Amino acid sequence: MPRMLYAEAVVEVLRRSVEGDDRVHLMGQYFLGLTPHRTMVGDLYRQYPDRVYFPPIAELGYVGAGIGAAIAGLRPIVDCATASFTFQAFAQILNEAANIHYMSGGQTSVPMVIHYNHGVRGGGAAQHSHSPQAMMWNTPGLEIVTPSNPADLIGLVLTAVASDNPTIWVDHVRLFDIEGEVPENIEPIPFGRASIPREGTDLTIFASSWMVRRSLEASELLASEGISVEVVDPRTLVPLDEEAILRSVAKTGRLLVVDECHLRCGVGAEIAATVAEHAYGDLLAPIRRLATLDVPVPFSPPLEQYVEPTTAKILAAARSVTGVQSGA
Amino acid sequence: MLPDLEPEALVVLLERMIVARRFEEELIELAGDRDIGHFHVYIGQESTGIPALSLLEQGDLSFTNHRNHGHLIARGAEPGPMYAEILGRATGYCRGKGGTLHLASAEHGFPTTSSVTSGCIPLAVGAGLGLQRLGSDRVSVCLVGDGALEEGAWHESANIAAMERLPVVFLCENNSLEALGQRAGEYPSSTMAASDLTELASVFGIESVAIDGLDTRAAHQTMTEAVHRARSGGGPTFIEARTVRWPGNRPIWPELATGKTDLSMAWDASLIRPEHAIWHREQDGLLGFVRELLDSGCVTSDAALGLDKRATERVREGLAFALDSPYPEPEEALEHVFAPRGD
Repeated sequence: MPRMLYAEAVVEVLRRSVEGDDRVHLMGQYFLGLTPHRTMVGDLYRQYPDRVYFPPIAELGYVGAGIGAAIAGLRPIVDCATASFTFQAFAQILNEAANIHYMSGGQTSVPMVIHYNHGVRGGGAAQHSHSPQAMMWNTPGLEIVTPSNPADLIGLVLTAVASDNPTIWVDHVRLFDIEGEVPENIEPIPFGRASIPREGTDLTIFASSWMVRRSLEASELLASEGISVEVVDPRTLVPLDEEAILRSVAKTGRLLVVDECHLRCGVGAEIAATVAEHAYGDLLAPIRRLATLDVPVPFSPPLEQYVEPTTAKILAAARSVTGVQSGA
Repeated sequence: MLPDLEPEALVVLLERMIVARRFEEELIELAGDRDIGHFHVYIGQESTGIPALSLLEQGDLSFTNHRNHGHLIARGAEPGPMYAEILGRATGYCRGKGGTLHLASAEHGFPTTSSVTSGCIPLAVGAGLGLQRLGSDRVSVCLVGDGALEEGAWHESANIAAMERLPVVFLCENNSLEALGQRAGEYPSSTMAASDLTELASVFGIESVAIDGLDTRAAHQTMTEAVHRARSGGGPTFIEARTVRWPGNRPIWPELATGKTDLSMAWDASLIRPEHAIWHREQDGLLGFVRELLDSGCVTSDAALGLDKRATERVREGLAFALDSPYPEPEEALEHVFAPRGD
């Protein structure tokens, strides 16, 4: 099976989407951020100049334009670059795109994809390091996809582009160097179906996007300590595969949620509440949440690492939940 | 002056202007009897929106705002499902999900109505972008008030529309010229350093023109030119219609300050009472339009009264239909969050 970098998969799924449907247009130019991979998307732009729109620095205006274009019949994939910039466009994403199908009583749909790169990227400081998934999730009407590997990325985005709903495509620049197998004839992946990239019996770790990679890394180390971890990757937050989470917790009896949103009212809070509501009787230990600490993300590297969910923190939290002593 | 149209077409405009007027007069009366929530009325702006929007064609898209009733009627929407929507009934255009604030009828070219000031501007510009890229000759019309130009969305979107020469017509109905605004306890008026709104568009190179909102010919002609420019690839146009704020529209909650419209005032000045004489003599675009039609011989006073009678009946039938309509089942609140998923 061919292998592919995550960044290559981003370009691959954009290419497939553009070539597969004349209505798909790309708006924005920082799908790969400012990373060294950014030039890869340039070839696609040069090949399909009529299918690309380079907007002014006006997130409110051009994301709103993407919504309007979707209403008129296009299927735009709109890039917001850094997740924090979506705040400029919140009035259009949260108050227009998310509401239009509902408040028109189903008359009008908004078939668009909005892409951003979230989370601590290293040196992004307070205004370039946000993870707004929880804020988006608190707004009914948005689908949210959070791929963690090249194959899922392609399959999920194919579904997002075909969807008649506004879909938030959440990427993380630290994923771009991840390599993974991608089947030749990859099919769209249906929304709302979690994957279990690692099976285990002692502890369930729920993680999405970049945190899946860190959780898998930690799980490998924990295995050598005798802790068997099952990792649940929801792949889409909206819709959420609640059953897969509950099934895993029923099996392991313990839950650690690792997420890059801030702790309060974050994705972790929602998952913890869901499990507490529906699977309290399965729990052998209190649920633990690991999230970005509730401070703005600082610039200085030691400060930044202090607030983000690192592999070391995942190890410590896992040992604590399972009752295994560190370094045993 | 009258639009350059055949007499039959002018009568259609008159009929829609009367329907729009009677629709909202009935609504204000209804609001006196029962709590229907806050709403905004279009009374006083019919002479702009009706001639301007009536010339749009099937497939053209309009993005309106909180003051939308007249816009929908201009494009042929029916009083019944409009009232039903305003009253939250299952037979409303949006099945009761939108209300007056989000009144939209896709079949009449209103795909969604944002009542966030300026909310519709990026959407309308984007629809223009979509239509252009789809190779369509349809146009997108952005309907805003003066207040929307205070928002950053205007400046971002005007830039995009100008840069891409999009098929968009901005029709800005400025109803703040004589308004005292919130400092006087009235409905807010614009707070804007720019004294000429057209400059806010022309600075981007957008073709801009200001018209008298009472001049139906100007509304029809500038809109015809703007739509032609948009259809033929000539880019966006900004039209500022300088309208008069109806006295009943000054309070936060609309009221029939000038009474119900009496078309006879158009030909019998002795009916005009002194307290709102300026409104009835000079500022009511509907009465002005009737006077011009009488002068030109397009209609007689009897014909005007006949049109009014039929329009009033149609509006009242629409209201009765809405009041007889059921509310949606409560569980319908859970529907239409997402369009149906293919998977």
